[in-house]
Amino acid sequence: MILVNQIIQGVLLGGYYALIACGLSFMFGVMRIINLAHGALAILAAFALFVLADSYGLSPFVALLIVLPAMAAIGWLLQRGVLERSQRGGVLTPILSTFGLAIVIENLLFQRFGADTRSLAPYVDTLSYDSWSVTDDISIGKLAVLILIAAIVELGGLQLLLAKTQIGRAIRATAEDADTAGLVGVDARFVKAAATAIAMVTVGIAGAALALRATFDPYAGPMQLIFAFEATVIGGAGSLWGTLVGGVVLGVAQSLGAQVSPQGFFLAGHAVFLAVILIRVFAGETIRAKLPRFRRRPI
Amino acid sequence: MSALQVEKLDARHGLLQAVRAVSFAVEKGQTLALVGANGAGKTTLLRAIAGAHPLHSGRVLLDGVDLGQARAHERTKRGVALVPEGRRLFAGMTVEDNLKLAGGVGRPGPWSIESVLETFPNLQPRRKALAGSLSGGEQQAAAIGRALMTNPEVLLLDEVSLGLSPLAVERVYASLQMLMRSGVTVILVEQDLKRALSVADQVICMLEGRFVAEGKAADMTREEVTAAYFGLHRAAPEAGAAS
Repeated sequence: MILVNQIIQGVLLGGYYALIACGLSFMFGVMRIINLAHGALAILAAFALFVLADSYGLSPFVALLIVLPAMAAIGWLLQRGVLERSQRGGVLTPILSTFGLAIVIENLLFQRFGADTRSLAPYVDTLSYDSWSVTDDISIGKLAVLILIAAIVELGGLQLLLAKTQIGRAIRATAEDADTAGLVGVDARFVKAAATAIAMVTVGIAGAALALRATFDPYAGPMQLIFAFEATVIGGAGSLWGTLVGGVVLGVAQSLGAQVSPQGFFLAGHAVFLAVILIRVFAGETIRAKLPRFRRRPI
Repeated sequence: MSALQVEKLDARHGLLQAVRAVSFAVEKGQTLALVGANGAGKTTLLRAIAGAHPLHSGRVLLDGVDLGQARAHERTKRGVALVPEGRRLFAGMTVEDNLKLAGGVGRPGPWSIESVLETFPNLQPRRKALAGSLSGGEQQAAAIGRALMTNPEVLLLDEVSLGLSPLAVERVYASLQMLMRSGVTVILVEQDLKRALSVADQVICMLEGRFVAEGKAADMTREEVTAAYFGLHRAAPEAGAAS
């Protein structure tokens, strides 16, 4: 029964990882950019929510109505001001630029808020620790379920946006061939800025989830980036539903690892990530040849 | 008034002058065939007109209005559509999504998915198929259909028959001739001289970025064009200033 409980908790934890990985996967899929400022931007959103809740008495859920549009604006400016320019300098430049941006964000947050850890849990009544008891050994946290549902809705929404809307088709076309997209009337600059804005909204939601379920400080970003990166790679970079699968696999691995030893939480997650990388390197082609479902397809 | 006018257009690839100050005009509803050997500058000229290649100097006027430095997507919205060499469909999207994308960002006009499928009936059963899974002929039809969905005033077609089977070429040209009769202004880059001469109203032959022969298709013999094609006959040796 303990094992079942660990798997359930792992799946729920995977919901958070899917949420944090979603924006990273989306940006990689659309713009082929690995945004190393991803974690720092999630922490920035978390701090913005904290300020609105702590200083202005807003419910974190209401504060999201302010923070998410602000994150979209940051995404737009990030694309136009940093990523678009740095992409002209080659593949490595955007990685270095976002790495630098992460350092700037972290240090500005440290300057303003200090090293204290914070959480949004006190601002949502009992939600952060409320749970449903299924059996004596199994209880399911309400917030964890809410986060998993948010991840599914967010990924499903993004998938619908890409498949059924004009901006979605424009994003897919730009991701595939920006030059030709221009020839059929798509403004690739606008589309890329819009896609980054969408990605930053998902980062804002992930920041809220982190702040509600755990504590955070100005330097918590890199660890979130690692989890997001692992979930993205396990699920297949650029694949939205793959990101959910990647998040759940990572969460279950960590949860089961923690059952073995306290250090096992991180070790098991990293081990699964490493195993997936090795399988892709040494057997990826064979798997794709035998199982067409696993063939690479654009976002 | 000419539908499209090009004045002293000069385009370069780095230091290489690919198109050398060429001028020409195409009347509304007419078809102009650009012929010439590989490397003559035909594709660069089309891409420069479409805004996909920067102009070094010169002007492109649509209905007498200078398109200036307008980028490719802006030119498409103003009525210039290019079917690029190699088709370049969005392979991961369905045929219908390729068409919907262009229809959603182009100009308002008569073309719809249904009318495109009517013009290219071989696409009808492949409507929901991924563009990457189409045959060469189907891809060419889808690429032309995608350009038509933007409701162009001037349609630029680059190497329509390249890499297609003879049957596929027949089918594509049968549909193209229907299009040409419907009043769309067409600039066609074609390696097949016989076919170019048979569908065009006007023919221009390019060599090393210049126009070396030009005239009404009805007045030009295949031998004349072939001679110009290989540089054996230069009608306009200095900068190819035409019309």
